[in-house]
Order: sequence, then structure tokens, then C-alpha cells
Amino acid sequence: MLTRDPISPAALLAEVAAPDLGGTCLFLGTVRDAPADGGITGIEYSAYEAMAVTELERILAETRRQWPAARVAVRHRLGLVATEEASIGIAAAAPHRAEAFAACRYVIEQVKERLPVWKKELRADGSVLWVDPQGRPAVVGPA
Amino acid sequence: MSAAVGYVRLKLFARYAELVGQDELQLSVPLPSTVAEIVRHARAEIPGAGAIPERPLVAVNLRHVALDARVADGDEVAFLPPLAGG
Repeated sequence: MLTRDPISPAALLAEVAAPDLGGTCLFLGTVRDAPADGGITGIEYSAYEAMAVTELERILAETRRQWPAARVAVRHRLGLVATEEASIGIAAAAPHRAEAFAACRYVIEQVKERLPVWKKELRADGSVLWVDPQGRPAVVGPA
Repeated sequence: MSAAVGYVRLKLFARYAELVGQDELQLSVPLPSTVAEIVRHARAEIPGAGAIPERPLVAVNLRHVALDARVADGDEVAFLPPLAGG
């Protein structure tokens, strides 16, 4: 579930596919550029890996309890991720679309709230900032 | 009567690890202790840790916990900077 390799949408979709599952959702979170800040070259993701794995397992177990017919796969990328590349991929397949959308949404919302993952923004001007999605970035200094 | 003493493994990440210059330390703590007491002790005693917030996110043994959670000898305690997963 944690990987340093590019995330493959096809692999995620294949993992959840089954003949009786008629609706599949794929969510990709991708690194955005920040032209207003002079542009970024990428984001470095790091994690408390042991806890990230157990937390992802808990999230998937909760998803299974709420949508028992859904199959879900998730990958979070660590290391340097360039703009427009995916930092997270979630695929959710269910007999019908309602459960597929709901399960997929649940996973990303829980990841945002609970996963011990951090991101360091690498800016084009050489500065590096820890990103706090809730607040102000903390400047680290030149990379 | 003296309090018992135990050890916890303190793990730091991201900005907090950079502030302290380490990502793992062994802390000797009086027992029983709450997570809040460990935070106070760490902020006061570990160079660089004073910049960690008074009420950070904390995990014990790979689970998110509240600051009033109890800590036992041998526990792994982690101070977590603001999460940015996904």
C-alpha cells in the first residue's frame, strides 16, 4: 500500500475488478503546480510507515464493514513525486455505482484525516516548505 | 515512595525531526505518565523540541491517541506534525 514507484491506475483497477461488480471508481490525487508561488518542481512525501500501513488497513476494514460488497485497493506513494504525478490512487468496485463512489470517497477522506504522511514542497526557486493543509507552510530553507 | 521509571521510544517525523535533529530517541519517564506529560518533558528537555507545539498530534503504538492517554513502559510514542496524506 506504500510504494516508491509510480502509481498504476490499470493495476489498481485490475485489483478490484470482478465479474459481478458493475461500478468502479478510481481516484487519483496528483501533485499540483503552484504558479502563484513561483512554481514547484515536486513534492517529497514521507511517512511513519509502520503506522501508515496499519492505519490504511484499519481504513480498509472500516470500508469493508460499511460497504461489504465493495472491493477497494489503495496505494500511497512516498519519495519524490513530480507535478501531475499521482501521490495516491484508490480504486473501489461494487455491484452498483452508489457503493463504489461512497467507498472511494470514504477512503480518501479518512486518509486525509488520519494517515501519518507528510509533504515537503520543493519550489522552483530552491526553497523547501513543509505543507500543512490546514495552515501556513513552515519554511525549511534552501534545499 | 518513589515513582516507577520506564522508557519510551520517542519517534519524530518531518518538521519535528528537523527541529530536534533526530528521528528517534529513548526517553526515561516516570510512570505512570500521560502523553501530555511526555510532551511537556520532551519540549522542556530535548534541544530543539521547544518549537514543537504544546498540543501536538500524538500516536502511541501506531494508534492516534488523545493527550490524556496513558503510556506504559516500552511504548512507542510519536509526535506527528500536521498530517498531509492523500
